[in-house]
Amino acid sequence: MKVSLNKKILSKNEECALQNRALFASHKTLCINVISSPGSGKTTLLSRTIRDLQGQVRIGVIEGDIRTDTDARKIRETGAPAVQIETQGACHLSAEQVTRALGSMATAELDVLFVENVGNLVCPSAFDLGEQARVVVLSLPEGDDKPIKYPGTFAKADVLLINKMDLKEHVDFDLERVIEHVRTLHKDIAIFQVSARTGLGMDAWYAWLKEKRAL
Amino acid sequence: MHEAMIAQSILEAIIQEAAERGLRPLRARISCGELNPINDEAVNFAFEIAARGTACEGMRLEVRHVPLRATCESCGHTFEFDIYSPACPGCGGADFKMNPDAPLLLEEIEFEDT
Ligand SMILES: Nc1nc2c(ncn2[C@@H]2O[C@H](COP(=O)(O)OP(=O)(O)OP(=O)(O)O)[C@@H](O)[C@H]2O)c(=O)[nH]1
Ligand SMILES: [Mg+2]
Ligand SMILES: [Zn+2]
Ligand SMILES: [Zn+2]
Repeated sequence: MKVSLNKKILSKNEECALQNRALFASHKTLCINVISSPGSGKTTLLSRTIRDLQGQVRIGVIEGDIRTDTDARKIRETGAPAVQIETQGACHLSAEQVTRALGSMATAELDVLFVENVGNLVCPSAFDLGEQARVVVLSLPEGDDKPIKYPGTFAKADVLLINKMDLKEHVDFDLERVIEHVRTLHKDIAIFQVSARTGLGMDAWYAWLKEKRAL
Repeated sequence: MHEAMIAQSILEAIIQEAAERGLRPLRARISCGELNPINDEAVNFAFEIAARGTACEGMRLEVRHVPLRATCESCGHTFEFDIYSPACPGCGGADFKMNPDAPLLLEEIEFEDT
């Protein structure tokens, strides 16, 4: 006997993500999930953003790495609060890990909480953490074929930060091709060309952040 | 990817449905979207192990992959979207509105006839 159900399967992760999202809403904190391959410049970008917006936007960071608290220490050097999650081998953050980290983070006193995911363009995209926005960072040395190879990650992003623009003259990276392809995957994605090193283009990203926070 | 976790959630859902009906499940069909694809082999492998010693032992899962769809902003055509080479089959345009990706569904369970 066949029984038709069409029942949505909510994984443990999705249930946890819903709780996180409700908490962020009640604390009026904008939570942003930052995804990229290893070394695209996530921590550098976040550190610069914190320093440049000091006194204007109160920012905290949850850092996800397989091992070490290197990135959380870098963030604390800016004066912002940071909590490190060590995933002990897991290739992505889960909503449950974020829930636990939130126990050590005074989110009610923050305007923006960034969650820097484990460097990986595949797995993190499948795990909702309860964030209100997703940022994907793609740096020029990685090559312009990444959106084609990892479409799921780019299709689900609200913002694409194309980082390391200061290296433009040194690498072959077809910017137009990337922008065109990403827009076919997600028509309304906001795209900013930046350099976390020199500060180039960062103002447009800050404007997006402030506007999103105000909503 | 991460089929083990998904297999566990599906197993729990099937066990619940079977218990409510007091019937033995034989087969089930699940479906997933293209942005969170499930590998058929990996999910069945993980399910088989997780199901040992439960009412679902020996069951087989069938996975239906639901294609992503998009609507062309130029000509209004709605079509199956190939994320690896996106273009509107109606007008060749590249300006689309993506439909939401299909969620993970437990579509159907076949129970043993009593
Ligand atoms: N030239 C240049 N280098 C950059 C830029 N942003 C970051 N880097 C360098 O890129 C390297 C990696 O930067 P991180 O900020 O650690 O990158 P990440 O994405 O946080 O790395 P993981 O957390 O390990 O995935 C460092 O050597 C940075 O100094 C940039 O805009 N231009
Ligand atoms: Mg980092
Ligand atoms: Zn993984
Ligand atoms: Zn068209």
